[in-house]
Amino acid sequence: MSLTREQLASIAALARLELTAGEAPVYQQSLSSILDFIGALEAVDTANVKPMAHPLPGLSQRLRADEVTETDHHELYQENAPQVAAGLYLVPKVIE
Amino acid sequence: MSELHRLGLTELAAGLRARRFSSVELTRAFLARIERHQGALNAFISVTSEQALQDAAAADRALAAGTGGALTGVPLAHKDIFCTQGVRTTCGSRMLDNFVSPYDATVVARLRAAGAIMLGKTNMDEFAMGSSNETSYYGAVKNPWNPALVPGGSSGGSAAAVAARLAPAATATDTGGSIRQPAALCGVTGMKPTYGRVSRYGMVAFASSLDQGGVITASAADAALVLREMAGFDPKDSTSVDEPVPDYVGELGRPLTGLRVGLLKEFFDKGLDAEVEQRIREALAIYEQLGAQLTEVSLPHLPLSVPVYYVVAPAECSSNLARFDGVRFGHRCENPKDLQDLYRRSRGEGFGAEVKRRIMTGTYVLSAGYYDAYYLKAQRVRALINQDFISAFKSVDVLIGPTTPTPAFALGAKTADPITMYLNDIYTIGANLAGLPAASVPCGFVGGLPVGLQVVGPHFSEARVLGTAHAFQQRTDWHTRLPGGFA
Repeated sequence: MSLTREQLASIAALARLELTAGEAPVYQQSLSSILDFIGALEAVDTANVKPMAHPLPGLSQRLRADEVTETDHHELYQENAPQVAAGLYLVPKVIE
Repeated sequence: MSELHRLGLTELAAGLRARRFSSVELTRAFLARIERHQGALNAFISVTSEQALQDAAAADRALAAGTGGALTGVPLAHKDIFCTQGVRTTCGSRMLDNFVSPYDATVVARLRAAGAIMLGKTNMDEFAMGSSNETSYYGAVKNPWNPALVPGGSSGGSAAAVAARLAPAATATDTGGSIRQPAALCGVTGMKPTYGRVSRYGMVAFASSLDQGGVITASAADAALVLREMAGFDPKDSTSVDEPVPDYVGELGRPLTGLRVGLLKEFFDKGLDAEVEQRIREALAIYEQLGAQLTEVSLPHLPLSVPVYYVVAPAECSSNLARFDGVRFGHRCENPKDLQDLYRRSRGEGFGAEVKRRIMTGTYVLSAGYYDAYYLKAQRVRALINQDFISAFKSVDVLIGPTTPTPAFALGAKTADPITMYLNDIYTIGANLAGLPAASVPCGFVGGLPVGLQVVGPHFSEARVLGTAHAFQQRTDWHTRLPGGFA
């Protein structure tokens, strides 16, 4: 199949990715060929096959007691933040 | 002591304990090699010389006091996907160019607790997405056997570093072949354990149902020594498996008499280079001499593993990489005009071309109207492939075949067409989809380039996989060959 420019723009918007004018046609072409490639799965008979989400079937998600195990490290973690003030992460104004 | 780099990790650990040389001497020797060859190979993103020498001095004190662990004083390198406290952890991406991890990955913490010294962080494909190391923001790694060729990927820096003996061992990760494929292309030993065997805590996530940490070393015996320290239950990783860790080193010597070896029919397909096949057949003849029984087995759904992977892995990657939003850590664009602009430009600038391609592939296959057709369908075919492996392991103990269809290829040769690059992992992806342990060991050369032999076993059979590889290395010396200029 071949993706239209509009379809690519909508995928990029969902993925929150800004694409440059130069990138768009390259992705339009390569994503189309990837979709063709994975399209091969369509022909496989998978009637009554349960989808496999975990490579070790039978193992269930482990639970732990609801106890406090972490201490406050926000100052350390915020050393990696692009912009902080008064212990808060700063972003452009969201609410007018 | 200029020849220390020629010793394997097992010999180095023994030499340190016997005080034949000090950890400081050893660490200096490897740091000097890194400095000498980094320009040509680009195998490292960060070199942590100062810390390494301090830690080595402390290791020497522990060795003198007789309080050392299994790896006390042994230098090694970590793939830059593992978080290292206080040390930049980039994952090969501009997105994390300035990220200094506030904590250690469990793998890093365990190896440190065992006494290992970190030399630095190795180069890799961006977010482990690539088979040639060419997607790294820090530039491609060069293959020590021929600098015009790729080292494989995504753990290309780890493989090249061990091949050139800039480190006796390096940690690595494998989502679709990222330990085994570069190990094969660089002529070293790579071990990918069972899914859940090694903690993923602090290992930057790519595709969470496939990712598994492991190690690249010169030999299977060395891999056993490192894996014994790395593996084990970790409450911080919800997919970590609570199974006891066997003594991988102690179990190496088991004879192969009666071992049932399956030759995967689908591995000897038309895409396999004829001379590579020749090397694999020669290796199989050695296994027969060692007492193994060879039988051909077929996994009819295995050829579908690459298309399944390129649905499942991008889907999981698009979800995992959603956390990089330019707010809490990582790259942020200049002067965002609003929050959407901040997200879109920070991600657009911070991620490289292949990572964006996979995020978009994943976004598409998970989007409304396509989820059943692609994602659920791929998970169903994944179940069929898994079932094929389960059936095969009813009649054989291990599967043996090639790791890659060809030896190392030229830098730039496969960058134009992503599908050609993806097909490089055709023999390795199956083990990830089924969560199986698998190793690659050197088994000869084609045109002066190393060829890798792959051994795959059932879940939690690391000891058998390593033992099978070790027996081969007791009879051959391919794993001791060093590339010209690095001897």
